[in-house]
Amino acid sequence: MSDVAVEADGLGHVYGDRVALNGVSFAVRSGEIFGLLGPNGGGKTTLFRILATLIVPSSGRARVLGRDVMAEPRAVRRALGVVFQAPALDGKLTVAENLRHHGHLYGWAGRPLRERMRELLSLFHIEERARDRVETLSGGLRRRVELAKGLLPRPEVLIMDEPSTGLDPGARLDLWSHLKKLHGVTVVLTTHLLEEAERCDRLGILAGGRMVASGTPDALKAEISGDVVTVAARDPAALGEKMRGRFEVAPAVIDRTIRIEIARGHEFVTRLIEAFPGEIESVTVGKPTLEDVFVHRTGRRLMNEDGTSSAL
Amino acid sequence: MIPVASLTWREIVRFFRQRNRIVGALGTPIVFWVLLGSGFHGSFRGDGANYLVYLFPGTAVLILLFAAIFSTISIIEDRREGFLQGVLASPVPRSSIVLSKLLGGTAIAVAQAGLFLALGPLAGVGVTPVGALQAGALFMIIAFGLTGLGFLVAWRMDSAQGFHAVINLFLMPMWFLSGALFPVEGAPAWLQWTVRLNPLSYGMSAVRHALSEGRMAWPAVAVIGMFGAIMFAACVGQAARPE
Repeated sequence: MSDVAVEADGLGHVYGDRVALNGVSFAVRSGEIFGLLGPNGGGKTTLFRILATLIVPSSGRARVLGRDVMAEPRAVRRALGVVFQAPALDGKLTVAENLRHHGHLYGWAGRPLRERMRELLSLFHIEERARDRVETLSGGLRRRVELAKGLLPRPEVLIMDEPSTGLDPGARLDLWSHLKKLHGVTVVLTTHLLEEAERCDRLGILAGGRMVASGTPDALKAEISGDVVTVAARDPAALGEKMRGRFEVAPAVIDRTIRIEIARGHEFVTRLIEAFPGEIESVTVGKPTLEDVFVHRTGRRLMNEDGTSSAL
Repeated sequence: MIPVASLTWREIVRFFRQRNRIVGALGTPIVFWVLLGSGFHGSFRGDGANYLVYLFPGTAVLILLFAAIFSTISIIEDRREGFLQGVLASPVPRSSIVLSKLLGGTAIAVAQAGLFLALGPLAGVGVTPVGALQAGALFMIIAFGLTGLGFLVAWRMDSAQGFHAVINLFLMPMWFLSGALFPVEGAPAWLQWTVRLNPLSYGMSAVRHALSEGRMAWPAVAVIGMFGAIMFAACVGQAARPE
């Protein structure tokens, strides 16, 4: 038990007649960075809000450091650092005032608080803005204040909802280099970004309110043998049918592309193009990504072509 | 107590950084006072005093009422801006969150009503130092309960418009029926009863006694204190309910 920091057991949640979470179970080991990957509307934020003790699940239970989130919310809140997806800062207050008030809420005061604030302001490169009101800051800077706030009380468990929303690529790298340095802190974060998911120690993939897969990013990708060939065509459905007749493959038509999992993909591509001249617009061959794992498990794409996350 | 002090202070700082809120809470009652007081000046024959003087304590209470109740709009803003969720996820007990909101609103309201009280001598209203101190203490007790009333309405609201719609239902009637505008003794019996059922009447009467006689009307103080305690308990109950 002692090395499990966060665990969920059959969590379910219903908003009216919409099922947001459906029997989700997982365990996060102490000190691990655990990512919840999934599209918007997949249940990530609901799960996050249950762990943050802000909503009561309709069924199942969740524990943080062995404490039940429903039975002992205050003990759970004391152990948690929380970073929300939506901003949780007071725009009328300065950066330093926001951090100071937040420290007070967690029982910090006086010199230790001042030193901790200085440390975090410098870590997130916001010292020069400490006296500015939050409402005058850019979105990216606000996000950094938000992260500093979540880390301020030195939480044992840090939960973050889409932490890199609004961060530019440089700040995103800073965030991750910092997360990796948080020794002994358990991190649970939600994300719909593949490159962010890749950096987690372990992942749970959430879709349609269910946990469809979990494991390390490498183990998840290893589920798919060989390569992934993606074909774009004018009439993907018809071409997919023809492929099924011609080769020993199981093409899946998703959005406007055909997707095939196959060993020795480069050889297959040559045969494919020779077999259907003029019908193929483009072909790509690649090693499986987490996107492919998501498609493999759900039959849907995680990301739309414009880079936005698809709602299930 | 650090979290309560911190959140209360935030409430006050936030208020003074939004200047337009001061104008609204202080300006409206003063305009009322000047217009009503001057208008009825010739026709008022109660208490042997002029109407501007009669209306003075009522105006102070109206300032408390406006300032205290409208201070709770910050709850709606906090919810909309996301600040509230950070507080709710922190280890601070719900009762401390409520207490800091009520203390913050009380401080804001008492500061404004106190400012108005200081204007009294300019308008020919004689206030003794003892009377002023007593009124100040009463302002705190009254404002605490009124902020609680605003909190109860604001807690579940997601827009300031909705809040205004609900609060206007009882804001002005509460004041009209508190004895602020006319002496209760001369009113018809049914009206006297509604005045008696209105918790604000007791605050009104206590303030009037303090300002005119420098005397604490303890039974009235007890009623308004009880109102504050009930409001606080109701707010804690409201805030502790799971979302």
